[in-house]
Amino acid sequence: MRFVLFYGIGLIFGFGIALSGMINPAKVLNFFDIAGTWDPSLAFVMGGALAVTFVGYRIVLARPAPLAEPRFQLPANRRIDARLIGGAALFGVGWGIAGFCPGGALPALGAGVAAVYWFVGALIAGIFAAKAILKAFAD
Amino acid sequence: MPTEFEPLRALAGGGLIGLAAVLLMLGFGRILGATGILAGFLTPASLQDWSWRAALLLGMASGPLAYAAVTGAMPTIAVPVGTPMLLAGGVLVGLGVTFGSGCTSGHGVCGLARLSPRSLAATLTFMATAGAAVYAVRHVFGG
Repeated sequence: MRFVLFYGIGLIFGFGIALSGMINPAKVLNFFDIAGTWDPSLAFVMGGALAVTFVGYRIVLARPAPLAEPRFQLPANRRIDARLIGGAALFGVGWGIAGFCPGGALPALGAGVAAVYWFVGALIAGIFAAKAILKAFAD
Repeated sequence: MPTEFEPLRALAGGGLIGLAAVLLMLGFGRILGATGILAGFLTPASLQDWSWRAALLLGMASGPLAYAAVTGAMPTIAVPVGTPMLLAGGVLVGLGVTFGSGCTSGHGVCGLARLSPRSLAATLTFMATAGAAVYAVRHVFGG
């Protein structure tokens, strides 16, 4: 039952990514290309997602607990530090170079497009490299 | 490569992304961040922790087929960059989202919806550097 619910939530997300055009790097890159072939669609994707999540979270987080778990697991870290900003800056550069973000690329895995596999392979390599770097600095 | 401005599809698709985020919080109390779900899938804390992530990722990857079942055509995925750029971009995204603890879905949707100052700082930063990267690739180096 849990498996079906998680699958369903992932499916709604993946369908939304496909419908919205976030799955299409050409569209994502054109959002950022204000000086060229600008396509403002992405602002409407973000706007629609934020509106629903903002209202939904207000209702859901007013509850004492989620339906199937004992408590909400919300990020506790409040620090705005060099690691956060540096990481976000690197992510943005990679997003601008390739046109895929993780939320766009993971649903795209199901479309059978070779370019997606190259990107996700490199994404996974980057995640493991970052974890190794963080571990080396923590030791 | 020009693309068509489609505000209604964008809004509807965005609304579904938001609905998925709200449902995950309502049912299981978790942030719907693609980065966090993938990272935990790659290095799981336990079998139970791995299995829900696997189910969610499988659901995500079924999105294009569900879209094709409803509309009769697969979603357009046009990649206007070559393999070296995809690989370089992928590594940078992997490094960045791990150091920065999130991406467009985790910080840009869930974090902003929680009015998290951390997510606002991250979102403004990655939107700015993405814009700068696209400008550099297309208008400075000539793409």
